[in-house]
Amino acid sequence: MDLPEPDTLILSRKAEIVARLRGILPGDAVIDAEEEVRAYECDALTACRCPPLCVVLPSTTDQVAAVLRACHDMRVPVVPRGSGTSLAGGALPTADSVVLGVARMTEVLEINYDDRFIRVQAGRANLSVSGAVEEAGFFYAPDPSSQLACAIAGNIAMNSGGAHCLKYGVTTNNLLGVTLVTMAGEVISIGGAYPDAGGLDLLGVICGSEGQLGVVTEATLRILPRPEGARPVMIGFDDAETAGQCVANIIRSGVLPAAIEYMDRPCIEVVEAFSGAGYPMCEALLIVEVEGSESEIDDQFTRITRIARALRPAELRESRSAEESALIWMGRKSAFGAMGRINDYMCLDGTVPVSELPRTLRRIGELSAEYGLKVANVFHAGDGNMHPLILFDANAPGQLETCEALGAEILKLCVEVGGCLTGEHGVGVEKRDLMGAQFTDADMGAQMRVKDVFDPAWLLNPAKVFPLDKSRAHRLAAE
Amino acid sequence: MIRPETEAELAGVIRDARRPFRIQGGGTRSVGGTGAGDVPDVLDMSGLSGVTFYDPGALTMVAQAGTPLAEIETVLAAEGQHLAFEPPDYRPLLGTTGEPTIGGVVAGNISGPRRVRAGACRDFMLGVRFVDGHGALIRNGGRVMKNVTGYDLVRLMTGSWGTLGVLTEVAFKVLPKPEAAACLKIYGLTGARAVGAMSRALGSPYEVTGAAHVPADAGNDPVTLIRIEGFAHSVTRRTERLKTLLTDAGEITVVTDPAEVRRQWRALGCAGRFHGDGGDVWRLSVPPSQAPGLVARMPEGTAVILDWGGGLIWASCRAGGDLRAHLGAFDGHAMLVRADDATRRALGTFQPEPPPLARISAGLRARFDPRGLLNPGITGGTEAME
Repeated sequence: MDLPEPDTLILSRKAEIVARLRGILPGDAVIDAEEEVRAYECDALTACRCPPLCVVLPSTTDQVAAVLRACHDMRVPVVPRGSGTSLAGGALPTADSVVLGVARMTEVLEINYDDRFIRVQAGRANLSVSGAVEEAGFFYAPDPSSQLACAIAGNIAMNSGGAHCLKYGVTTNNLLGVTLVTMAGEVISIGGAYPDAGGLDLLGVICGSEGQLGVVTEATLRILPRPEGARPVMIGFDDAETAGQCVANIIRSGVLPAAIEYMDRPCIEVVEAFSGAGYPMCEALLIVEVEGSESEIDDQFTRITRIARALRPAELRESRSAEESALIWMGRKSAFGAMGRINDYMCLDGTVPVSELPRTLRRIGELSAEYGLKVANVFHAGDGNMHPLILFDANAPGQLETCEALGAEILKLCVEVGGCLTGEHGVGVEKRDLMGAQFTDADMGAQMRVKDVFDPAWLLNPAKVFPLDKSRAHRLAAE
Repeated sequence: MIRPETEAELAGVIRDARRPFRIQGGGTRSVGGTGAGDVPDVLDMSGLSGVTFYDPGALTMVAQAGTPLAEIETVLAAEGQHLAFEPPDYRPLLGTTGEPTIGGVVAGNISGPRRVRAGACRDFMLGVRFVDGHGALIRNGGRVMKNVTGYDLVRLMTGSWGTLGVLTEVAFKVLPKPEAAACLKIYGLTGARAVGAMSRALGSPYEVTGAAHVPADAGNDPVTLIRIEGFAHSVTRRTERLKTLLTDAGEITVVTDPAEVRRQWRALGCAGRFHGDGGDVWRLSVPPSQAPGLVARMPEGTAVILDWGGGLIWASCRAGGDLRAHLGAFDGHAMLVRADDATRRALGTFQPEPPPLARISAGLRARFDPRGLLNPGITGGTEAME
């Protein structure tokens, strides 16, 4: 992955830059020793690594503002970082950048159950937001699979989703307000504990802007009352088409499942060997989870099984208890771990229209054979967000490159059938150079104009999202 | 009046424009008004009309911006689906005629009572195509449910009132119509007790899809309305649960006739109570628990309706009065929905933004519409004209 050549002038000024940052922050909040900054050289996209100039870990919005003002002054690029769980390289540093981590900003600032919101510092982990309101029977809905570790700041930067988006939406649908610090160090408050912030929907464009418009230091999030209960039903089919049809028929029927997860045979085989969850060996397995009271769940099961049986499933198993639910979910939840035990893998994140799932899966199968690498599919079928896992051996010469080429083909396929490159992981550096498959120059130009307004000097996370030649041309034309 | 029939034609019109435009769908939500200066040309978008794609199994529809809302609702109804954000019809309230269009709904982020549970128009938007002030065609988003590819201009365009570009096509998520509905009615509550009862209902796991309060007027008791929708079994059960939960709030009656429930919420969504009352109508977005306090501070003679559990206050005030100035600072914002042109020019339709936000908004307008062609003056400021 290409990163711009580091600015040698900045590299040569390291001592001066670090000294200025030490003047702003307490001693332990500035890290510049070579062996210590190495901990920040990558995020969860571990194939790309580059140690930054230094790392700062502020604790307050004022400190963030002071750091950004100083870096803006010195014309030093800043790479914001949540918990470093990005799968797209969103927090990958450049050698001439200061990494600004929000890991020390984890406080709960306000909880209001009457108005159903929580206000937190943005470094707080996703799951511990729900944890803070659990006692009162509430939760925060977006649940990316890294939720134990991932920070709200990163969730907002990537507009993260999760397994339950079909019913509850993604981050942007659950975000009420932010405190944002611009690259120039200005502190801005947008939205709040009321529906729909006034004026242009700046909150909407900040969410998902991959840390390129500002650093979010506080967030007001919508919290929801927990459902009375939830149980899954597992349905297996002999072919992907019928499974896809079943998903569409369920959605159309008016049942709004909290999740519809899909696994194909290669995935089932690995998972079954690992977890012994008792999954049937079939081409396509659906796990459909519905919510409500016991009788409401039964009512929805009746509707779902009627739809499924009409399509002659190979297997149909309704959970009747918490133990049975746990068993059904165990395999799915262990899928990534199981896969990692037997292989290296690359996880893709394209979304396709639900009705295009069968065609897309068939074509992925063909591409997999063509490239000679196995692909396992495990994904959120209800919203069409696919996660093909390309299995490869990192030690075999050339396999990583083959894997990347196959990944690019699959993502282009997703765009071709009416979908997109990334449904919840973000573009980062990983999919940056594929943006042209989805957008024209004018489309990207319009997005870059937004960046121009928030960060005219392009100092904030500048090497991400837009292909480097496009952003360079855009900035030259603007001058 | 200019009425393009294709995207290319529209792009040409904007590229060659010498005078500003007032963008018009059906002309039914003319709440924007215009600034002083040139009388702009009307850019009539009804020529770009028609549903271009509909996949009921994927819950997605794509339509050209000038498509009448009624047409979209008819096509959806044939498949048992609907727009879950329930866009209200403002015609009676504003005294306008014409056909509301989907482009107008999106440009204004028009959302009805179900917004409290299902989300606003902006939450259902999947993709947009628009022509910006340079005359360039821009696409953003798509027609899939989860999409984080590039910046989210879909939400930026939704609710931008045409000031960043002219929408030509929109893609959005639709949902199945609920099978059954019921409405709990509690009579006689004060505003504060009503908001308390609504908060309890909305904080319960029963997935309330509407919570509104209409204070006493002309001999009618105040009434608080709680709506439940879904499968018949669920609606019956949840109605009973909510009655138990709210038993100490007051006497509760339940409406189960679907037509009656529909009629009630339709009237609420467009502030039916204020039709033809001669006042200026404001729409305030506030933290629900602060609504009773704010209402108490409003000028004498102001009539209100609380929707979204108190998060939305509809207020009808004496014509010409400045409700924002009267209330002073509060969390949230106030939009002037109905007033005469002089009042609108004097007070502005939208709440003035704090300086840093106003600067960002002006910067975006300057870059998307550098010549200030698109609905100038609609946001109250003259920044785009300068």
